Amino acid sequence: MNRLFNKDLWDEIIESISSNGFRTIITAFGVFWGIFILVLLLCASNGFQNGIKGQFEGTSSNSIFIWTQGISKAYNGKPKNRWYNFKLKDVQAIEQNVPGLKTISPRNRLGGWGSSTIISHEENNASLTVEADFPELITQWAMDIQKGRYLNQSDIDLKRKICIIGYGAVDDLFKKNEEVIGSYIKIQGVSFKVVGVYKDATMIGKRNFDLQKKIFVPFTTFSQVFNYGDRVGYFFITGEDGIPIKESKDKILEVLKKQHDIHPDDDRAIGTNGFYKAFEKFEMLFLALKSVSYFVGILILGSGVIGISNIMLIVIKERTKEIGVRRALGAKPSAIRKQILLESLFLTLTSGMAGIAFAAFIAFLANIMIDKIPKQDALLSNVSVDLPTVGIALLILVISGLFAGLIPAQTALKIKPIEALRTD
Amino acid sequence: MIEITDLHKSYPVGNRKLHVLKGINFSAQEGELISIMGSSGSGKSTFLNILGILDEGDEGKYLLDNTPIKNLSEKVAANYRNQFLGFIFQSFNLINYKTALDNVALPLYYQGVNRKERLEKSLFYLEKVGLADWADHLPSELSGGQKQRVAIARALASDPKVLLADEPTGALDTKTSYEVMDLIQQINDEGKTILIVTHEPDIAKMTKRIVHLKDGLIIKDERIEPVKAMANV
Repeated sequence: MNRLFNKDLWDEIIESISSNGFRTIITAFGVFWGIFILVLLLCASNGFQNGIKGQFEGTSSNSIFIWTQGISKAYNGKPKNRWYNFKLKDVQAIEQNVPGLKTISPRNRLGGWGSSTIISHEENNASLTVEADFPELITQWAMDIQKGRYLNQSDIDLKRKICIIGYGAVDDLFKKNEEVIGSYIKIQGVSFKVVGVYKDATMIGKRNFDLQKKIFVPFTTFSQVFNYGDRVGYFFITGEDGIPIKESKDKILEVLKKQHDIHPDDDRAIGTNGFYKAFEKFEMLFLALKSVSYFVGILILGSGVIGISNIMLIVIKERTKEIGVRRALGAKPSAIRKQILLESLFLTLTSGMAGIAFAAFIAFLANIMIDKIPKQDALLSNVSVDLPTVGIALLILVISGLFAGLIPAQTALKIKPIEALRTD
Repeated sequence: MIEITDLHKSYPVGNRKLHVLKGINFSAQEGELISIMGSSGSGKSTFLNILGILDEGDEGKYLLDNTPIKNLSEKVAANYRNQFLGFIFQSFNLINYKTALDNVALPLYYQGVNRKERLEKSLFYLEKVGLADWADHLPSELSGGQKQRVAIARALASDPKVLLADEPTGALDTKTSYEVMDLIQQINDEGKTILIVTHEPDIAKMTKRIVHLKDGLIIKDERIEPVKAMANV
C-alpha cells in the first residue's frame, strides 16, 4: 500500500490510460452518465423533500391532538358509556408527569368538534369555526399574522373580548375595503373586537380552505362567555425537538386516564391523532423516493461499470504483448494486477467525479429557476445533495471501480511472459 | 554461469505427448557469446523459454548463476528474470507509448529503483548504444535498428548476468543486422554472457560458439573464431 501514492505508479497508469484517449473517454462516459443520473435523482428527491417540508414550515410536526371520547369500560366504581371532559388542571398533571414536552395547548371549539357557529358583522352572516386558544399556539401551528396581532398573555389574563380572524373569513363578513381591525363581530350575540387577521401557512390538502376561515379568541374569555368553566375540548401537544411525541404519547394518555378515572386498558376513551402521522407518511414517501433514486442510479451506474470492465478486457487483450513484455522484464503478477485495478479505479473515479460535478451544476441551474417561482407553488426547493451523500456516491464509485477492474485484472494475470516472445 | 543437465520437455498434443527436448546437456561460462541454431521444430524456442525462466523443464537440472531454477512461483520467477536475465526480442517489444528512455527504465522500475537513479542509469545505457540523443523519442519515431538498440539498452539496464536474444536481427535488413551484432559483440567484449537464438548462419558466425539443435537434441557444439560484424558493415 505504501506504493499506492507512488508517482511512478500513477505515471504508468495515466500513461496507459491516455494512450488511447478517445476510447477511454467513451468508456468513462458510461460511469459519468450513471453517477450523473444517480446524483441528479438524489438531488431531485432531496429537493422534493425540502419543498414539501418547506410547505410545513412553522408547524411543529412533532405534535399530537388528543380529545375525549365515550368511556367503554367501567372503572373505579364508575359506569361505562359515560362522557367526560378534559379539565384545565390536566395541563399541570401532564406537565408534571411527562417529560420531554415543549408546549401543551388546551383548546376549545365552540359547539365541539366539527361544529361551526353563525358569526355576524353588521348585515353579513357566515358560518365559521370558533377556536379558543392560548398565545403559545402560534409556536405550534404556522400562522402568518397579516394584519394586527395575535393573542397575547394579557388577553388571557384580562379575558378580553377580542378575536383574530382568518383572511378567508374577511370576505364573508366585511365589505370590500372596510377596515377590519378594530371593528366588531358577533359570536352567539356576544361582540368581539377584531385585533388581527391571520393566514394559515400549513399545507393540509383541501382542508386548507377551511383553515383560513377560523375565528380565534382567548381561551379564558371563551370559557367565561360561553360557560365552559374549566373544560378543555382537546389538547394540542408538541414534544421537544429530538424527543418524538410518539414516545411520550402513552405516558400522556396514562396521566389523562388517571385524572378522569378511566380504566387503564380503555383505549376508546381518548382519541388521538398524531400530527406526526402525516409526516411519517411523507417520510415514507421520501424514503421510497430516495431508495428508488439509489436503485435506478446504481443500476445505470452498473451498466457503466460493465462498460468499463468490458473495455478493460479488450484493452488487456490488445495489451497482451505489452503485459507479457512487462512480465518478462520482471513485473510481478501483483504489480500487473495493481496496475489494472488502479487503472479501472482511476477511470471510474475521475469520470464519476465529473458526473457528480455536472449533476451539481445542473442542480445549481435548477435552483436558480426554482427560486423564481413563489415558494407556496414550488414543490421543489433547494435541489441539492449533502456531503455524506456525495461521500456515499464516491464510495459506490470506488467499489464499482474495483469491481470493474477485477475480472480484467484476473485475465491479465493469466498472461504469461512467454507471450512476449511470440511474433505475429 | 549456466548449467543444464539432461533437460526434458514435452507438451501434450491431443492425447499424445510431443517430446520437444529429449535430454539436453549444456553449459555456458561467463563471458561467452553463443548462438543456438536449428530449424523450426528443433526445440530451440522451447530451450530459450526454459533458459529465460519463461517455462520450466519436466526433467533435468537448470542452474543459473548457481541458483537452481525449479518449481518457482510466478513472483520468484519474475524476480529472477529481473535480476539474472535481459531479454532482446525479434520484434523489439518496446512499449509504444513510452519514450526510449522510459522503455529502458522499465526493468529498473520493476526492481524498485527510484526515479532519479533509474533515469540516470537508463540514459547511461542509451548512450552506450549510441542513442542518447533519442531519449525522448517514442518508438514510432525510431528506425528498426534504433528500436533494437533501445531494446538492447533495456536488456542491459538491470545489469543482468545473461542476455537472451531471440532472433535479434530477424526483423532487420542485413546492414542494420550487422550493426546490431556489432553492438552485441562490443557488449560481449565487456564480459557479458550472451545467448542468441538465430537461424541465420552469418549471424551465428559472429558468435564465439555455435550450438546446433535438431529434434530436441544438441547435435553439434562448436567453438569458432567470430567474424567481426564491423568488418561487414
